[in-house]
Amino acid sequence: MSQIIGIGHTGRRKVLQATAAIGGLQLASPFIIKARGETPVKIGMVDPITGSLSALAVSEVEGAKWTVEQMNKKGGILGRPVELLIEDSANDTGTGVQKTHKLIERDNVDAIIGDVNSGIAYAMMGVTAEKKVFHVVPGGHTDPITGVDCKWNTFRTCNTTAMDTAAITGELVKRFGKKWFFITPDYAYGQTLQNNFVKKLKALGGEFQGDMLPIATSDFSATLIKAKAYKPDVLLNNMGGSAQINCMKQFVQFGMGKEMQLGGALFEIESVRSVPKEAQAGWWVMEWYWNQPNVPEVKKFVDAISPAIGGKMPTARHWMAYVSLHAVRLAAEAAKSLDAVKMAHALGDLELPPEVSLMPGKIRYRAGDHQLMSDIYIGQMHNAGPGGPDDLYKIEATVTGEEAAGPVESTGCKMSFPA
Amino acid sequence: MMQLVMFNVTNGLIVGAFYVLMALGLSLIINLSNVVNFAHGNFLAIGGYLAFTLTPYVGFWGALLISPLLTAIFGYFIEQLLIRHVYARNHIYSLLLTFGLGFILQDVCRVIWGPSPLPLDIPELLSLPITPDLFFITWYRVFMVGVVVVAVSGLFAFLRYTRVGIRIRAGTLDLDTVSALGVNVAALRSYNFAVGSFLAGLAGVLAAGQIGLNPNMGDDLIMPSFIAIIVGGVGSLTGTLLGGLLIGVAAALTTVFYPAGAEAVIYVIMAIVLLLRPRGLLGEEGMLS
Amino acid sequence: MNETFLRRNLQPIVIWALLLTVPFWLPLFGGYTALAGRVLVFALAAMSFNMLLGFTGIMSFGHAAYFGLGAYGCGLFLKFVYASTPLAMLAGTLLGGIAGTLFGLLLVRRRGVYFAMVTIAFGQVCFYIAYKWDDLTGGYDGLRGFARAPIDLGLTKIDIQNNGTALYFFILLVFGVAAAAQGFVLRSPFGRTMLAIRENERRARFLGIPIEKHIWLSFSISCFFTALAGSLYALLNNFADPQGLTYVMSGNIVMITIMGGMRVFWGPLIGAVLFVALQDYVSSAWPTTWMGVVGVVFVSVVLFFPRGLMGMLQKRAGT
Repeated sequence: MSQIIGIGHTGRRKVLQATAAIGGLQLASPFIIKARGETPVKIGMVDPITGSLSALAVSEVEGAKWTVEQMNKKGGILGRPVELLIEDSANDTGTGVQKTHKLIERDNVDAIIGDVNSGIAYAMMGVTAEKKVFHVVPGGHTDPITGVDCKWNTFRTCNTTAMDTAAITGELVKRFGKKWFFITPDYAYGQTLQNNFVKKLKALGGEFQGDMLPIATSDFSATLIKAKAYKPDVLLNNMGGSAQINCMKQFVQFGMGKEMQLGGALFEIESVRSVPKEAQAGWWVMEWYWNQPNVPEVKKFVDAISPAIGGKMPTARHWMAYVSLHAVRLAAEAAKSLDAVKMAHALGDLELPPEVSLMPGKIRYRAGDHQLMSDIYIGQMHNAGPGGPDDLYKIEATVTGEEAAGPVESTGCKMSFPA
Repeated sequence: MMQLVMFNVTNGLIVGAFYVLMALGLSLIINLSNVVNFAHGNFLAIGGYLAFTLTPYVGFWGALLISPLLTAIFGYFIEQLLIRHVYARNHIYSLLLTFGLGFILQDVCRVIWGPSPLPLDIPELLSLPITPDLFFITWYRVFMVGVVVVAVSGLFAFLRYTRVGIRIRAGTLDLDTVSALGVNVAALRSYNFAVGSFLAGLAGVLAAGQIGLNPNMGDDLIMPSFIAIIVGGVGSLTGTLLGGLLIGVAAALTTVFYPAGAEAVIYVIMAIVLLLRPRGLLGEEGMLS
Repeated sequence: MNETFLRRNLQPIVIWALLLTVPFWLPLFGGYTALAGRVLVFALAAMSFNMLLGFTGIMSFGHAAYFGLGAYGCGLFLKFVYASTPLAMLAGTLLGGIAGTLFGLLLVRRRGVYFAMVTIAFGQVCFYIAYKWDDLTGGYDGLRGFARAPIDLGLTKIDIQNNGTALYFFILLVFGVAAAAQGFVLRSPFGRTMLAIRENERRARFLGIPIEKHIWLSFSISCFFTALAGSLYALLNNFADPQGLTYVMSGNIVMITIMGGMRVFWGPLIGAVLFVALQDYVSSAWPTTWMGVVGVVFVSVVLFFPRGLMGMLQKRAGT
């Protein structure tokens, strides 16, 4: 206990030393790099390492660090070593924008990766487009990033909400029925998600009810009572983070698991790990999963990265960071340049090799909207199985990205490059 | 519909009881020491996390007892080490101090227990509904209310019948006189801070059983406590009790008719109270002014 | 004569000389121009806040509300009304200032901790509205889709959208005008009354000064200036988000003021330099635990340097 309190003293000294060192360090660093002879390719990553999305961000950062390490062993990018600069956006847009400026203006990065939070990713796009810097969004799902507000320099690795909903709606209707109840967080992501679900569901002749709740809701009993009275075939839990976990927990406590199916767009492994056993259930989209027996590259990747991340299995977030960084490499190598415009042209419709995509299908960032057309898995969550504590999901069906995303015109993206 | 309303009133009382527990601790410290403890939510998180660590050794019931005690001891030391130095200064310093302390404690939790949410296992029995008809009221909720009732009665008895309690109460009303009578005010404030931290720790264990643990868990819970105190009136513990229950029930009832407004309603209540009765429902005029 | 002028105004002369040459020397120290813009914005917010804390003796812990409203007002005007930067800033300043003036009416009779708690709660109300009213404000995701419009001077246009240095000088201009206006207010008879209230409220009341009215006016002026700073923040980021309205932002504004020195006019500017540089550096050096480090700095400042840097320097010079 006294050690915890003691931080006040030792920490202060450290900070003073650190602040005193700022000037010196940063003055010196450019010269060190020049002295080494080969200028590294700098990639800046901005992610909410602190704040409510930190669990996801930490996975992405782990994935990114490992990827860069591996890349450097295999010759880096264009024969130059890669340097990864990580910044915390603290889940705050102002900070995210500031960090993007910092990476671009001070550190002169060649590419930007980030952010988990769609809102911050979106604000960062404003900066990267203005400064003409190549930008990959690994894990912010909101549609306009590769839809109405798409930018020539921005590529996105994770799916859009429209893709995730399109992929799973058909399966859920086919298997369980078309009377649905939604529990959705009341902000842009939640609303887009529910609207997309409703659109698909109505097209299949379904009916629905639902509640929009504050993001940080922790008590779902009132809504669950409504849901029980409605007697739906499927209950869709669109909440995120700890809200999603609590909703699952109460759903199980109220014994509703026997009366209806549970499902939704995303229930990420980071969250699944921290729910009680009874709540590890339902039908969900998975954007990438470590157990894909038919793709040999996946096993190679999993075996290599697992020891570096504490023996756990990599999650979709590790994969997103991995693919995003390799996208930068592939773009630079195809363009034979680090010029953002050339890289962006080169990456559009470039088929990712299987050791990068780690997917059964042939996938690419579509030139029309810069959205990755990745395969999307539909499956069931279950308690930890014989494959270890992270054996939590079984892939039941695979939908291709093109099928789920629809044509470019439907996304509202009009791609235009600078003259 | 009736069932839904009935349920929500009950549920609101449960949620309100929880706000009360948290707000009472905060209120105690404000009344005697004039310090708004921004880190109160982080003491709550510490209480919850300690319970998580203790449960494998002493079980949930043991943790329910030990964890708040440890939080109280921790609070006592924090008061001795940091907070007592700013009592004599402008209030802005105590606000800033606890604000910074909140950042530190949050990172302490993040470093020790990790950034991902963690579940606190509760006894099987408590997670069951009380009857199949009342499927939405689990024993845990009943239990929470029971604990809050016991804790609040205990607190009021402590303040009424023990020597330290009587002095705390007297100090709230007139610290100068209490000090002139030879009471060691500095020690009194330390004990009082420890009692406040105990309540935060207890709230933390209860919250962890219901909503799980994460390093930011205190942030979402502290604002309702502030509002419970403002509504009830600064300086009155009974007011805080009333304020907590009131906003709990109001928020729950709103959920029936307009779920998205559940958070808004507590601010509306606060605005109304401030307009019509600026010192809060049971606040003393002149208190703290 | 000339010498005494220099000595008396040494502080502002040095400060302005440094501020005007930022784009030349900042990169040498590992800074970047956008960081300097951020310093000025936070400095203006903290100086405005300090009119209340340092010069009237009233503490608010909810100034983020007016800062954030300024940002939203500016952004909404650019997005929905008209693409003019000065008009948008006016809109933001009015929105935050008027909201502060109205809240102030409810606040003036409260003091001490209760005053602080109510200001916090009002801040949360503003956060809540920005967060809920997503058709207008973009909700949780923040307000986006607006951009700084070039400043039209008739003969020429100043491109503050794509030219970082031009943007910095524009912010510096606004900062300078606002600081001059604040200095003017503080030197006026009204400013002297504020000091009288700070020093001894009861005596000021006996002298027949209408305390509530003065506190209200001082709160209101402070909110208008804070909102102006907020509108600059929206321009700097091309973005406004509800996080900027929460008590964490309020706490940062208070911290900046204390760090620099709340009894000194330029204190908050120095505080902003320290705070922004610290946050920028620490958060890159320890991305996972920087909040804790910042917390340690906060606690240390409160315990060991309560007068702030400028306060300490002045004390030393005085003795």
